[in-house]
Amino acid sequence: MFTGPEIASTLIELGITHVVWIPDTTLGPWETALDSTPGLCLVRVCREGEAWPLAAGLHLGGKAPLVVMQTTGLFESGDALRNVLYDLKLPIYSLIGVRNGLVAGSRDTAKTFAEPILAAWGLDWVRIDSPADKPKLAEHVRRCRAEGKAGVALMAEGAP
Amino acid sequence: MTDFSANSPAMPVVDALQVLVGLCGEGWSVVTNQGSARIWPALSRRPGDFHYNPSTMGGAIPLALGLALAQPRRNVLAVTGDGSLLMSLGSLVTVAGSGGTNLTVVVLDNRLYEVTGGQRTAATGVAVDYAALAQAAGFASVANFGELAAWQRDAARFLREPGPKLVRLAVLPAPRELLRSSTPPLAEQLADLQQALRA
Repeated sequence: MFTGPEIASTLIELGITHVVWIPDTTLGPWETALDSTPGLCLVRVCREGEAWPLAAGLHLGGKAPLVVMQTTGLFESGDALRNVLYDLKLPIYSLIGVRNGLVAGSRDTAKTFAEPILAAWGLDWVRIDSPADKPKLAEHVRRCRAEGKAGVALMAEGAP
Repeated sequence: MTDFSANSPAMPVVDALQVLVGLCGEGWSVVTNQGSARIWPALSRRPGDFHYNPSTMGGAIPLALGLALAQPRRNVLAVTGDGSLLMSLGSLVTVAGSGGTNLTVVVLDNRLYEVTGGQRTAATGVAVDYAALAQAAGFASVANFGELAAWQRDAARFLREPGPKLVRLAVLPAPRELLRSSTPPLAEQLADLQQALRA
């Protein structure tokens, strides 16, 4: 989907200052670009549950963080997400890689549970399923920002 | 050698926090959670602080780290209980790996889940040296205190050590009435905090 330089330049254009992440096999190749792009700071966490409050602290401190993880990490970090987005009401945006999202007919629950869980959590999301969908990321970030709310980009991935 | 036995010295938690209230004034942001989010506001209320309740257990250190990275010229103090730290021990590595040096972590170690009524943590009967864990994770400065007089004497010096820093304070259970104190409303705190950080 996105190359490292493509995602880094998109994030810079959007004014993102920090990427808080745990990579997977699809997101991992972005590391060099995210780590070396002036104006972007890559923050590595040990567990996805740390990513949401860390992004909250960055946001409260005046920065513009993006949380990046796989759907498995999204599921793992549910209470931290709930706390930050609903108790603290902070408009943190996240980009979530959907494991096996590009594999037609896959019954991987890391894929099939993604949208029902986002719906249950009342989140606004956009799907990026093909290269033609790439502009949707920036459009959705801008729309969520204008509305002062959190948002999620679900980016389809291949098999791990 | 620090004494971690069941009969090791421990200080009253209010007195332990009062030392920090006195030292962490202008130029500091204090992030508390769980029990300390109820006790600290009863001792001090400042717009640059954040009493993180309701919180996600284990979330105070990452949130404080985010603040510290966003505000590198500000000192940030994270006050956490041992139960909360056990929920997210990896956050010690996240702190050290982040390169942030303006964060100080205070671990109030009473070996209990205090706000839920005082149940034992998994570390009961285990001599967990949180300061040694932090040092092994890469913290620049660590310390252990169980005696109030020693903490009162050495706290200011410890706060001047290179960061990131972690101090473990062995504390006695908090008075129940303090744990029933209310935390200031979140929306009010967040507005005050953001205004203080912009100033």
